[in-house]
Amino acid sequence: MRAPTIQKRTEQRGGVGESVQRPDGVPKTKGEFAYSSDLWAENMLWGATTRSPHPRARIVSIDTREALATPRVRTVLTHEDVPGRKSYGMEVPDQPVLAWDDVRYQGEAVALVAADHPEAARRAAGRVKIEYEVLEPLVDPETALADGAPALHPSGNVIRHIRIRHGDQEASAEVVVKGDYQVGMQDQAFLGPESGLAIPDGEGGIDLYVSTQWLHIDLDQLAASLDLPPSKVRITLAGVGGAFGAREDLSIQIHCCLLALETGRPVKMMYGREESFFGHVHRHPARLHYEHGAMRDGRLVYVKARIVLDGGAYASSSTAVCANAACFSCGPYNVPNATIDAYAVYTDNPPCGAMRGFGAVQTCFAYESQMDRLAKALDIDPVELRRLNAMDTGATMITGQEVEGPAPVAELLKRVRNAPLPPDGDAMDIRTLPGGVSNTTHGEGVKRGVGYALGFKNIGYSEGFDDFSTARVRLSVVAGEPQVEVHSAASEVGQGVVTVQMQIARTELGVQQVVVLPADTSIGSSGSSSASRQTWMTGGAVKNACEAVRARLLQRAAQRLGKRHGKLTLDGANIVSAGSGSVASISDIVGDDPIEETKEYHHRKTFPLDPRTGQGNAHVAFAFAAHRAVVDVDLDLGLVRVVEMATAQDVGKALNPQAVEGQIEGGIAQGLGLALMEEIQISQGRILNPSFTDYLIPTILDMPPVRADVLELGDPHAPYGLKGVGEPPTISSTPAIVAALRDATGRPLTRVPVRPDDIVGLDGQSG
Amino acid sequence: MRRVSLTVNAVEHEAMVEPRQLLVYFLREQLGLTGTNVGCDTSTCGACTILLNGKSVKSCTVLAVQAEGTEVTTIEALAQDGDLHPLQQAFHETHALQCGYCTPGMIMAALDLITNNEDMDEDEIRTGLEGNLCRCTGYHNIVKAIQQASSEMRSFATK
Ligand code: FES
Ligand code: FES
Repeated sequence: MRAPTIQKRTEQRGGVGESVQRPDGVPKTKGEFAYSSDLWAENMLWGATTRSPHPRARIVSIDTREALATPRVRTVLTHEDVPGRKSYGMEVPDQPVLAWDDVRYQGEAVALVAADHPEAARRAAGRVKIEYEVLEPLVDPETALADGAPALHPSGNVIRHIRIRHGDQEASAEVVVKGDYQVGMQDQAFLGPESGLAIPDGEGGIDLYVSTQWLHIDLDQLAASLDLPPSKVRITLAGVGGAFGAREDLSIQIHCCLLALETGRPVKMMYGREESFFGHVHRHPARLHYEHGAMRDGRLVYVKARIVLDGGAYASSSTAVCANAACFSCGPYNVPNATIDAYAVYTDNPPCGAMRGFGAVQTCFAYESQMDRLAKALDIDPVELRRLNAMDTGATMITGQEVEGPAPVAELLKRVRNAPLPPDGDAMDIRTLPGGVSNTTHGEGVKRGVGYALGFKNIGYSEGFDDFSTARVRLSVVAGEPQVEVHSAASEVGQGVVTVQMQIARTELGVQQVVVLPADTSIGSSGSSSASRQTWMTGGAVKNACEAVRARLLQRAAQRLGKRHGKLTLDGANIVSAGSGSVASISDIVGDDPIEETKEYHHRKTFPLDPRTGQGNAHVAFAFAAHRAVVDVDLDLGLVRVVEMATAQDVGKALNPQAVEGQIEGGIAQGLGLALMEEIQISQGRILNPSFTDYLIPTILDMPPVRADVLELGDPHAPYGLKGVGEPPTISSTPAIVAALRDATGRPLTRVPVRPDDIVGLDGQSG
Repeated sequence: MRRVSLTVNAVEHEAMVEPRQLLVYFLREQLGLTGTNVGCDTSTCGACTILLNGKSVKSCTVLAVQAEGTEVTTIEALAQDGDLHPLQQAFHETHALQCGYCTPGMIMAALDLITNNEDMDEDEIRTGLEGNLCRCTGYHNIVKAIQQASSEMRSFATK
């Protein structure tokens, strides 16, 4: 054997806990990163979709002749051309690939066109003649729930009802406050609309390049509807322009593949912004009725709530959203008695599903509004009331589950409470006032308000689902240097999961050079980039695979070097023994025989909720955050400027602090949007504002400074103790802003987004 | 079809375009310059921002035929000999992007802004970028990146 080339122990860089720069940062800043909308193939066609203009109608006939006769059109497809399962869905396959008898929402897909040119495809899509018998849409979820309502689906109108009965159902309290709240329909509004490219392989199989959150659930649904064995469907993640839940359900996937298989040519589909509003699910609008009972000293006695989520036309992930809304309906507080009924309901509105916060957002707005109302009724400081009832480790949820990991609720609250307040606005600088350079005020009528909110949510999938992720790690020597290759199917949607995989491999194997391969379905599932789970789950899988590689490396080293060194360990890129120090380098031992391992990571087992009582250990772990909002409000015009957001969040362990900060700031921006401006306006089932001109998301001027305090308390069940980071910033930022608005205006403000009319008192509610 | 001749990233192009072809699709589809993204089609998001004769414009609001005789600069022209432009470097270093879809447009808008304004404070940077939406980052690191790049470019210019 050659003499060992001992490398000096260099401080290993770019591992876990460092703010490592994202490897895609360079191509993304250079305009070289290939988003799904940038894909191109020789000889490719363009696909377009014909959608129903009616929220509810019966299809009488479909005539594709004129569309087919349009110049440059290659094919027109309807439901008759779907070879396999005619409908799809993540949890309930209730959504037609292409509608055949009924359409249940405006924008439902009915036919597809492929043509040589995108314009030709769009024009032809408009020439598919569909005769409809137009029906009165059922748009009110309460009406849909009522006895005798016409059933929109064979299963009826209730997608799911979660019933929680916890503690004493007859408990009585000294002080009772009741409230009715509403949350509007928010859009994920990722910046890169849905798109993808399908390429037939000429042997009946297909390759799809698409932006998505979960490759393998797409694969399952594709294979079923295309009637192909899963091995014939290969999906590769294309560059994703943001996701936030909107890419969990299918959009172009089946459509694009149907067109490609039919024509035998590559087909690209790309939605414009307007079509995107019809092409993905939205956040469930909600109506929530709450009753809180407390003792005079502020201790909560009970919470009763009735929560109605408008699921829209198809189930999407409504069943899980409904469970989340119910499980987290009382907030991170000790609530000994709870009576909760949460419903997700079918209507003829646009389908609703996953969006950052997933059911916990809607209820957080209601329970935090209730906590403020209760504080007022008791004449207790709202922060003090929250502190008094704050959950801690060992607390019992209203589902009977014990909170095992860190639950530093009071601490988070204390931190945002103690954060210094921003200075008063500068009346001389109108840019700092509500209305800004519109010059609507020079300070007159402007009042400052401060509000607080707490929020929490589950990390990962719940209710007994055996969620897992898969990773393959290969250690080899390239040009004399050790190199690690990591492969998983985890979707990089911008959150930074590629960076995190690199960091973990560096930390576990001490190797600087790490390559993360493109995510695709040639490896096992990584699950979804959702539920704040991907760093935990795929991070766990990469860690497991690295550990297995390391074990084999040391085993091989022991075989080569004999017993004389005793126990060997890995230190940086060197193999060391207690007695002899460095005895070999990784490169010496690996040589030209790479070591490769594929491992899965499963989180600890969870259990279903009891259908009668909603009790059960349904969740893996919980994440908590606190927010304080400071706002300036123009009381005459109802204009608002958020002056500052302070937040404290326990992230368990910040694998990449800079990326954590990015999640916190970006998440708060979306919470601010829901509080003040973001709502898909619907009238009789029709979307009135499907564009960025009319659906407003926060601009750089709307976004205030963020003061973030990150705690790292370490979850005992998670790799490195990490918790998910993505969702908590969006959950309690909304109610904190509304609380600040109430503080400034004294108005009830029971609906988000808050409109100027509500602030100046035109909403018909008394102050 | 109409003939249009223009200079894109220092290369002269002559092409036949439909009169209603938008400049952004001309760049993306005819010239293959896909670094310029389309986010909204209603000139709201700024993902399609380029420089037209040195001024930042949203290329989804310009017809290709309107660009006759102009000089167009897209994100692809910024890096020189493999070196990132200070703005690109700063966006990368300060984590001013997540999905990155807004990034080329942000950088082009920022380039116009910092070339034409010295010593901008944070409010001025923000006011200058109001027409560029980012859904991922909450904008803070974008402001930081522009501040970093602008001071670097200034110190370079005074050297
Ligand atoms: S695509 Fe041009 S501004 Fe949005
Ligand atoms: S980084 Fe995703 S839109 Fe800006």
